[in-house]
Amino acid sequence: MSEATAVKEHISHEHHGFMNTYIFSLDHKMIGKQFLLLGLIMLLLGGGLALLVRWQLAYPEQPLPLIGASQHYLETGEAETAMDSYWDSELSKTEDEQGWLVQKMPVGIITPAFYNALFTMHATIMVFFVVMPILVGAFGNYLIPLMIGTRDMAFPLLNMLSFWIAVVSGAIMLAGFFVPGGHAATGWTGYPPLSTDPAWTGVDWGQNLWCISLIVLGISSLMGSINYITTIINMRAPGMTYMRMPMVIWALFIVAILLLLALPVLTAALAMLVFDRLAGTTFFNPAGGGDPLLWQHLFWFFGHPEVYILILPGMGITSEILPVFSRKPIFGYKAMVLAMASLAFLSWIVWGHHMFQSGMNPSMGMTFMITTMVIAVPSAIKTFNWLGTLWGGSIRFTVPMLNSLAFVSMFVIGGLSGIFMASSAVDIFIHDTYYIVAHIHYVVFGGSIFAIFAGVYYWFPKMFGRMMNEPLAKVHFWLSFIAFNCTFFPMHILGVGGHMRRIYNPMQYEFLQQFEHMNIFITMSAFALGLTQLILLFNVFHSMFRGKKAGDNPWNANTLEWTAATPPPHGNFDAIPTVHHAPYEYSAPGISEDWLSQTNELQPTNGNGH
Amino acid sequence: MLDWLPQNVSTFGSEIDKFFYVIYYITTTVFFLVTAAMIYFLVKYRFQEGKPARYYHGNNTLEIVWTSATLVAMLILAVASKPLWSKIKQNPPPAEVIIKVTGKQYNWEVLYPGPDGAFGTDDDYQVDNNVHVPVNKVVHVLLGSIDVIHSFFVPQLRLKQDAVPGREIVAWFEVTEAGSYEIPCAELCGFGHSGMLGRLIVHSPEEYEQWVGQTWPDN
Ligand code: HEM
Ligand SMILES: [Cu+2]
Ligand SMILES: [Cu+2]
Repeated sequence: MSEATAVKEHISHEHHGFMNTYIFSLDHKMIGKQFLLLGLIMLLLGGGLALLVRWQLAYPEQPLPLIGASQHYLETGEAETAMDSYWDSELSKTEDEQGWLVQKMPVGIITPAFYNALFTMHATIMVFFVVMPILVGAFGNYLIPLMIGTRDMAFPLLNMLSFWIAVVSGAIMLAGFFVPGGHAATGWTGYPPLSTDPAWTGVDWGQNLWCISLIVLGISSLMGSINYITTIINMRAPGMTYMRMPMVIWALFIVAILLLLALPVLTAALAMLVFDRLAGTTFFNPAGGGDPLLWQHLFWFFGHPEVYILILPGMGITSEILPVFSRKPIFGYKAMVLAMASLAFLSWIVWGHHMFQSGMNPSMGMTFMITTMVIAVPSAIKTFNWLGTLWGGSIRFTVPMLNSLAFVSMFVIGGLSGIFMASSAVDIFIHDTYYIVAHIHYVVFGGSIFAIFAGVYYWFPKMFGRMMNEPLAKVHFWLSFIAFNCTFFPMHILGVGGHMRRIYNPMQYEFLQQFEHMNIFITMSAFALGLTQLILLFNVFHSMFRGKKAGDNPWNANTLEWTAATPPPHGNFDAIPTVHHAPYEYSAPGISEDWLSQTNELQPTNGNGH
Repeated sequence: MLDWLPQNVSTFGSEIDKFFYVIYYITTTVFFLVTAAMIYFLVKYRFQEGKPARYYHGNNTLEIVWTSATLVAMLILAVASKPLWSKIKQNPPPAEVIIKVTGKQYNWEVLYPGPDGAFGTDDDYQVDNNVHVPVNKVVHVLLGSIDVIHSFFVPQLRLKQDAVPGREIVAWFEVTEAGSYEIPCAELCGFGHSGMLGRLIVHSPEEYEQWVGQTWPDN
């Protein structure tokens, strides 16, 4: 196996001081933690936007709680509460003098234009600034060098730049909220012509900043992915063959390849969109010979690999945790790797399933229906192998395990709901309804976010040297699991009832009147789900400083990160470890413990060799 | 769960529903089997003192069996869905009534050809949002848009088709029951997207004749 080439330079670049340690750190572990922090902050914001959306859907055009005007004020015009006086004074100003809040939600009622910006930014932030930074940025950076047994990433400087460019991109994205005309309001999918001409939405620089931010983020992803690929190919510890790599490393490796190939497609599409908006080109404008569907092809050619970018690391984390807490080798290692590779390959040829009703030539519907049906197969293989891993185990219900089990069962629901939409005929009815919203959230929240929970609980002791509070973590898990299902399962029913997505007020439609109570129930569950996440945040920050000290290997796990000191020092290992066997040799016969670090030999030797 | 489907009143709608049901039964069964297996394993193989885990790496026969079984099932589903898809989106039956519907922020502009049966002539009749059609007749809708993408959605017909500027897309339906149905726009089209709502008024043959006589311009 290849040597860790960067060792020498690496040790010498160790500087001290606050700036170099915490801000412009070149250490992959600090960069991983920085991505985690970025993601968690954005999670709060993205979640908050979702709750505003949910409020509007349950109580359309009613003032928000706490900040909205009182009923008394709305009826009589007499200010009763402090907020009433605030709204009263704001509304008496001229339009240019009015504050930000009153433009977005006069008297606490969300306007339709702001509502569109809310769900657009909710999805954009969750996909690009929460799930990607945490699953790919944080876990990727933190875990890759530690788990393949090297001292750092191949290109530490590129790694640092990748983080700070992501921060710049985030700042550009957030700036969009405060420009005249408001933020992008065309959905996270940004379909033209709605997104190309400010005349259609009233949104001007908001949409431009949305494009620019994502272009900048693409640069950050590119840097990250090149780094991951190079590191994994070149810097594995001696004995760490490809087929001895932990599943999460396989997942991140495949994701890095997807990122490398998919993000440039989005960047190209975004550049065309910016040109259409600012330079008068007509890529997407039929009047100038362009085609609105061109965007959809480009977007989804990126977009479907993107959804696998969001889920593969979660699959990897789950595959990591299930064997540890079943105390058993993973079932079908090779099949699992092959399944992930085929998911990655197939993800390039299914994009048309997002466009069945778009006006794309319907004979392509059949092709995309077949490929989409086929992509369900590797997903099924993964599920069966996870079940196989549980079979015959000695299962410990730790918090990472509970979250991983939730991942598996929620992913099953999300995968199965995908089959309905994969059938292009059935999709005619459920496309653009809440059925899709339910599907998305079962895979991305039930999947990716539960995997994030699992991963944070599992690797926290290594990252911060302390255990997280277990009772609190269990409360967080069960409340999240229940509230998640109460929030998103009923959305399948809304979808079956024909409830469109991205509408401001369902009560404008006769056929949706019957769903008023269900929408209220969903909203209350969503608020419960949101509040529950405060437990997680408290636990993370409290345990970071006050948690019980963790040993080097609190879970008795085999992979290399657990052989490093806790928390690992700069350079990770005293000496580069040598790997002797596959990562999941738990409960091997002839060994007194039920685990066996990858650095120890599988067959006990008699001292004189074989 | 499928009781929540809106009443169906189109010829192909019941076939879509049939598929919906078939997939629903298959996926629900799979879900319960997987969940049952999982719960069974979790209980049976929970940590117990003195009962070690099995040292077992997998089974290639099983891998091949479950891979090919799901592959075959998925391909059957895809191939079985094809005729219905073609019927709805590719090979419409010959038109008995033709209308033009054009999306524009935030209305459906409906154009009837008038007594001469041709569009673009003086006797065309145009109205916003109200689509009048006869029951039990094949209606072709020539769908377009003058600004952004909209989507023509009639839940009770199980019909959805995006309206794209720069293209004319033919959607069709045959309604089996007279009545009045909503036509929401299903594709985000701006701040007025919610509430962009047309109405499909399906007349009995006599009523339809009467409506044509009263509203269409004389030739
Ligand atoms: C068994 C596997 C899957 C199948 C068959 C499947 C199928 C589909 C189909 C056909 C659509 C388009 C529906 C429509 O718009 O009418 C869709 C949408 C979507 N899927 Fe999946 N899917 C699968 C797994 C996943 C996974 C693993 C993820 C992500 C982690 C995912 C994320 C999404 C998202 C985000 C959308 C909605 C995009 C949007 O319109 O905003 N899907 N899926
Ligand atoms: Cu897709
Ligand atoms: Cu619309």
